[in-house]
Amino acid sequence: MITTKTILQPEVLEAVVVRFVGDSGDGMQLTGTQFTDTSAMFGNDIATFPNYPSEIRAPQGSLYGVSGFQVHIGSVEVSTPGDNVDLLVAMNPAALKTNLYAVKPGHTIIVDTDSFTKKNLDKAEYKTNPLEDGSLENYRVIQVDMTTMTKEALKDVEGLDNKSITRSKNMFSLGMVYWMYDRSLEHTVDFFNKKFKGKPHLVEANTKVLNAGYYFAETLELIPNAYTISPAKMVPGTYRIIGGNTATAWGLLAASEKSGLELFLGSYPITPATDILHELVKHKHFGVKAFQAEDEIAGVTSAIGAAFAGDLAITTTSGPGLALKGEAIGLAMMVELPLVIINVQRGGPSTGLPTKTEQSDLLQAMYGRNGESPVIVIAASTPANCFNFAYEAARLALEHMTPVILLTDGYIANGSAPWKVRSIADMPEIKNHKITKVKENWSPYDRDEKTLARNWPVPGTPGMEHRIGGLEKESVTGNISYEQINHEKMTHIRAEKVRLVENNIPELKTEFADSGDLLVIGWGGTYGSLHSAVKQISDEGYKNIGFAHFNYINPMPKNTEEILSKYKKIIVCELNAGQFVSILKTRFSKFEFSQHNKIQGLPFSNDELIQQFKLLV
Amino acid sequence: METTTAEKKYTFKDFTSDQEVRWCPGCDDYVILRSMQKALPEMGVKKEDVVFISGIGCSSRFPYYMSTYGMHTIHGRAPGIASGVKLANPNLSVWIMTGDGDSMAIGGNHFIHLLRRNIDLNMVMFNNEIYGLTKGQFSPTSLIGQKTKSSPYGNTQPPFSPGELALGANARFFARIGGNNPKDMTQIFIDAHKFKGTSLIEVLQNCVIFNDGCFDEVTDKEVKEEMQIFLEHGKPMIFGKNKDKGLVLNKLKLEVVTIGENGITQEDILVHNAKEEDKTLHQMLVRLEYPLATGIIRSFADVTLEEREDALTAQVKANSKFKKTDDLFFSGETYEVK
Repeated sequence: MITTKTILQPEVLEAVVVRFVGDSGDGMQLTGTQFTDTSAMFGNDIATFPNYPSEIRAPQGSLYGVSGFQVHIGSVEVSTPGDNVDLLVAMNPAALKTNLYAVKPGHTIIVDTDSFTKKNLDKAEYKTNPLEDGSLENYRVIQVDMTTMTKEALKDVEGLDNKSITRSKNMFSLGMVYWMYDRSLEHTVDFFNKKFKGKPHLVEANTKVLNAGYYFAETLELIPNAYTISPAKMVPGTYRIIGGNTATAWGLLAASEKSGLELFLGSYPITPATDILHELVKHKHFGVKAFQAEDEIAGVTSAIGAAFAGDLAITTTSGPGLALKGEAIGLAMMVELPLVIINVQRGGPSTGLPTKTEQSDLLQAMYGRNGESPVIVIAASTPANCFNFAYEAARLALEHMTPVILLTDGYIANGSAPWKVRSIADMPEIKNHKITKVKENWSPYDRDEKTLARNWPVPGTPGMEHRIGGLEKESVTGNISYEQINHEKMTHIRAEKVRLVENNIPELKTEFADSGDLLVIGWGGTYGSLHSAVKQISDEGYKNIGFAHFNYINPMPKNTEEILSKYKKIIVCELNAGQFVSILKTRFSKFEFSQHNKIQGLPFSNDELIQQFKLLV
Repeated sequence: METTTAEKKYTFKDFTSDQEVRWCPGCDDYVILRSMQKALPEMGVKKEDVVFISGIGCSSRFPYYMSTYGMHTIHGRAPGIASGVKLANPNLSVWIMTGDGDSMAIGGNHFIHLLRRNIDLNMVMFNNEIYGLTKGQFSPTSLIGQKTKSSPYGNTQPPFSPGELALGANARFFARIGGNNPKDMTQIFIDAHKFKGTSLIEVLQNCVIFNDGCFDEVTDKEVKEEMQIFLEHGKPMIFGKNKDKGLVLNKLKLEVVTIGENGITQEDILVHNAKEEDKTLHQMLVRLEYPLATGIIRSFADVTLEEREDALTAQVKANSKFKKTDDLFFSGETYEVK
């Protein structure tokens, strides 16, 4: 029934990475989420990453139908979901085959032996059974006939069909993992009671299987209860585990309440951005108007209409959708209305890799419109700070009367982490440019001297009737004008307006060495990977390496050049072919920039980054 | 500046902007503009609550010539922008001004979904069966064989009938009117404003430069009464100079009959019911070539999108424990770090 290849020794760990993998119908996302939430409540720092196929239910047992959920829990600060896995739970041969590469040699793999049938081995393209052919010698393999034991545990529960019995085996594996890491079952049992309210047989069944797994692990002394991960040292306060897309949606809700403007979302379903729509539609109690449009273009145009009428207007999308919205974003820029565009980047081009991450929409966000069409571009860098940057996108749009593109990506949007809950009272003020009193010689293009933001008279306001449009306008009256010098002047005004935003954003900060041999630069969703790599190399004794991460891309922080000048070498790391570095090279041509790029639909790994950095110092 | 109220009696001048109108001399667009400026004072709506949204094309210059709120947007996308305006502030009277190319070619998708949703706003389609602003290419309503700049040997693409397309997309209000008929056009604009739901008004608009005379056969003053039937809800479907022709149903087709011939009396003539939910007869009327049906063909009062949304929002608000975002953020599975 159970074998181990090496004798286990009790360990005290600072952090551990657990990955649950199985068929896309095996409930791996749920298993991972439960383990995450329980560990968070125990006080660990957390970073998670789900990895699932774009097919909803790929053929059972197939290599491309494998779905996984990885969680990194620590008693120390955890900034990425982790590269290498300490414990792999593999529910079938295909899951084992596609994930074995990530397991650290000597570490643990739990497999459901019942699923290692001839048929499943064939589907996973195994010529021989890896549990028998010695190919797993370097790992500690715990073989459990999980399906059989799940059935056994449920033989007395009435009202269950075969399918529900087999499907609850994920809870057996979760029970085992809970015992191994000394976690309480309480949170998950509470979860069953809520989820299966009114279906007591399902509560009973899932609880039984969870307990069975837990006691099974306990009974076998071969698995010691000794992976102790103490609570992490975190700033005191109220926390919750939050996913990036939810954090984005909540940041918008907070901005709506703080600004006193109603929230309008115009959106069209697209992976991996749709969860923001799913979240916002729930909140009608806050007056959220979420409009699922007929296409991406109607998503953004309805938001532009709502902005004209005075709402805090949002549209959400991913790469291909941003391409479709380009012309309308140009209109919003031209008529100078506040608009937040959220692009959850995914692998491109074209349909690309819908469920994988990439940072390849940066240049599209910067330049993907006809004509001279500058907009504010900012990027969130962790699942939790999607909240801050969604809020910030709204603040900047309203205070500067311009579209703001917020870039997140599949990695941080689907990842989750502890979030120190922010009360609305602690959030920064948000001003806007609405006016209701008519002055003499009034024009809709009267501008604030400091920001060049125009005023924002909205329909329904008496005496302020006016027309705006996509045609070039005379700089003072706003009337249509094809006059050549005026067009050049307006082009400069629109550019200057975006440049002046630098007075309303924080300066760039560095971490680790504040001057020295090498500056590591990143932007957006790679913060966790880069931070953790620079920390590690710094801990190894390389004390002359600094790290600067950009959240503000257009405009950049005022002190950017000053920071760049403090290091001998600069390396820009991006999950694309070199988009941010191309902007830096143009803006700061006196510096030399090295680059590290990865375009595999995956985040950076610690090892590859450290290897790169070492080549330069 | 004096603020206006609905009680104030406006005149058409109150809706005229200071911009010079730049349509070609003799264009029916002038008729539409003046009819709208005359209709607005009759609607009982405050000037500041009126918004005109347009896309691109000759028709889409319209908002600049009105002294209300307005936005001249991008090609085909006025329905999205207008929907956003109306959903953000349901108190506004929102008008989409569009053409046959703007609404049914590049904006075709938005057009059908706008009608499907039934938001309480109005669309005036200037149908001239040609692209004017780009100087004379065939449009989705151009006829087969029509010679244009982009079909020098004759158009090979079969046209849409705007009314058929609209009814297929479940339009609740559809009217058609000749571009040379300001009196009825003005009244139709007023009725469209009063109608709760999406109203579509197709104006047969003559383009004097690129498609001059395209509707003469039905709209010319000399033939209009013989060639058109002007429909009014609750009235018999009678037309002709002498009011002696009418429509009856013969099997599954509309048939023109003459009152007083073959024993036909006025009693036999169909009575127009624009408010009927079943659109079978409205579709027949829309398709009719002789006489061409004008006036309000369909005006079925249905629940609007805003009404559905408002009801849901009220229900969710009443049942929700979340009044402020703090209630949400600190709810559920939070934990304390000390």
